Amino acid sequence: MIRTLLSRDLPRSRPLSAMLLVVLLGLMLAPFLVSGARSLNVAATICVFVVLVASYDLLLGYTGIVSFAHTMFYGIGAYGVGLALHGMGPSWWAVFVGTAGALSLSLVLALVIGLFSLRVRAIFYAMITLAVASAFSVVASQMSDFTGGEDGRTFKVPEILQPSFRLFDAEILGRVVDGKLITYYLVFFSALALFLFMLRIVNSPFGRVLQAIRENDFRAEALGYRTVIYRTLANCLGALIATLAGVLMALWLRYVGPKTMLSFEVMTDILLIVVIGGMGTIYGAVIGSALFILAQNYLQVLMAQASAAMSGIPFLANLFHPDRWLLWLGVLFVLSVYFFPTGIVGRLRIKALLRGRP
Amino acid sequence: MTSISQVASQDSALPKVRVDMLPLLLVPVLALLMLPLVGSFPTWVTLTVAGLAMGMMVFMMASGLTLIFGLMDVLNFGHGAFVSVGAFTATLVLLPMKSWVEAESVWMNLSVVGLAILLAMLVTGLLGWAFERIIIRPVYGLHLKQILITMGGMIVAEQLIHVIWGAEQIPLQLPATFRGAFIFGDAALEKYRLIAVGVGLTVFISMFLVLNRTKVGLLIRAGVENGEMVEALGYRIRRLFVGVFVAGSALAGLGGVMWGLYKETLTAAIGGEITVLVFIVIIVGGLGSVGGCFIGAMLVALVANYAGFLAPKVALVSDILVMVTVLLWRPQGLYPVAKR
Repeated sequence: MIRTLLSRDLPRSRPLSAMLLVVLLGLMLAPFLVSGARSLNVAATICVFVVLVASYDLLLGYTGIVSFAHTMFYGIGAYGVGLALHGMGPSWWAVFVGTAGALSLSLVLALVIGLFSLRVRAIFYAMITLAVASAFSVVASQMSDFTGGEDGRTFKVPEILQPSFRLFDAEILGRVVDGKLITYYLVFFSALALFLFMLRIVNSPFGRVLQAIRENDFRAEALGYRTVIYRTLANCLGALIATLAGVLMALWLRYVGPKTMLSFEVMTDILLIVVIGGMGTIYGAVIGSALFILAQNYLQVLMAQASAAMSGIPFLANLFHPDRWLLWLGVLFVLSVYFFPTGIVGRLRIKALLRGRP
Repeated sequence: MTSISQVASQDSALPKVRVDMLPLLLVPVLALLMLPLVGSFPTWVTLTVAGLAMGMMVFMMASGLTLIFGLMDVLNFGHGAFVSVGAFTATLVLLPMKSWVEAESVWMNLSVVGLAILLAMLVTGLLGWAFERIIIRPVYGLHLKQILITMGGMIVAEQLIHVIWGAEQIPLQLPATFRGAFIFGDAALEKYRLIAVGVGLTVFISMFLVLNRTKVGLLIRAGVENGEMVEALGYRIRRLFVGVFVAGSALAGLGGVMWGLYKETLTAAIGGEITVLVFIVIIVGGLGSVGGCFIGAMLVALVANYAGFLAPKVALVSDILVMVTVLLWRPQGLYPVAKR
């Protein structure tokens, strides 16, 4: 059954399986393992980023397209639900309308951008998406009457998801079953389903064609596959799933704003996670997101200590300043593009292969 | 017999190069069309000069990028880093020599800005050399990796600027005599914008002369057309690569200084923000074409300024609109480079 669930694409490495299991169990039991709003927030962010990054990997790792518009689709999803809930009041109908509207907008945009620029070369597409995404984020923050501008919008979610909601009066395993918990599990199980769905896609015949295009698009075309259509389809699929990730994030945060949803920093985060986790492996998204988000939230504390310890030395103290953690990840990113382009997951799989046992 | 000799005599004279005039007309036609829409002549002059000044600065930053792409088929997503580094290097001169900046003497102002520009170009040139060696050399010919790696280089460079210069934004003063405006009748022309137009034109003309009147320029143009052939004829194209990369980075540094003085405040993100505009410009111009890049820069900047005056809401997306319109007309950009 596990084989079918994972679409016959097993981790193929013992350390990797162990890590995945730890992440899965950790996320599944997070509300009972840790206390405090912050840790639960970290867990939910990891869930959302697994989906977001895996959908980006569909483009970058499997099809070989570099897109800088992925945050745009993520933002569309978040803003779609956020603005619908803000305007129509907290009801499931608003969630539905927002999601459907966001999905259709994403689909149209992805289709137009794709058909417009995917027939040309990878570089062209990268540049065009960068331009479109930055224009979109400017427009979103300027239309302040509608989107709330730089401040964004806070909104109420349907009653069952609100923190004040109680499903039972009694506690379960020492935890009150409140709206926050229900929202967390909504995010978790949606993320899990989307993740398995993507695993299914990349291991389908369609996914094979995408990989063929990545390896040699001229040859794929010669074999009779219309590469433009496959690329555009992959692009739309990635965009739709990113939109859903945005929906989940908005429901979790009960807030949408340009900084968390549309800014270029989110895009660089996604890029870093994909490359460090492992391009062309959906599992890489899980490992990468977990490590990255944990580092983002807890590495900074360590760096603050290091920085304080070196406060006498002016340059080094700056180098380890907690705000400079991106510097170290950037260096790691560059090194990993050179030395292990398949990322952590690829590395572990090769090791297992060399040892001759799966 | 006669036919053969005819053919031979025709071959002996090179065919005339056909000059594609249509894109050249775009800028003046656009400017003239906008005159009745803007309504008042002085406002139109102010807007046009502002647009040209911005276009010139964008051109300085974009020209290097497009040439690098044309010659080596490398698109440097980290080009913006050179812009930031250039602007921040200028502060090393402009902040300590504050008295020269504030002095009411044109010569003192000019020399301090000149010094800042020189230092910035030197530093960005050196940085470009290192960037080519360390970051780009291992990934020639691999587009996907190039995009990723140069993006990574950009992140690291931006963070290093934070480390060296601190995270706060730095206010940058325009030299005393560069402030204010000349008044011609009712039209006010900001002095600094005129200076930017002057510097930009100088860069464009000298670049044009180098590319069209010198041997190095000939080799670069030949390299853009067909690099293998240049190599086969015995020239070391690798050295050309490095030279162009260094020159392109230095130009980005120059653009960075001008842009920083224009904005009057510096943040490390200054380069990343302008990168988007630079990309649009080189797509509009045709990847690899310097002339196209010049026209593209003027076009985008002028449209942005006119739109900002006529319909501020449209101005937010005017760059994209220009790009889409041009690409619908010429899918490869204004001046497509033959091989791509």
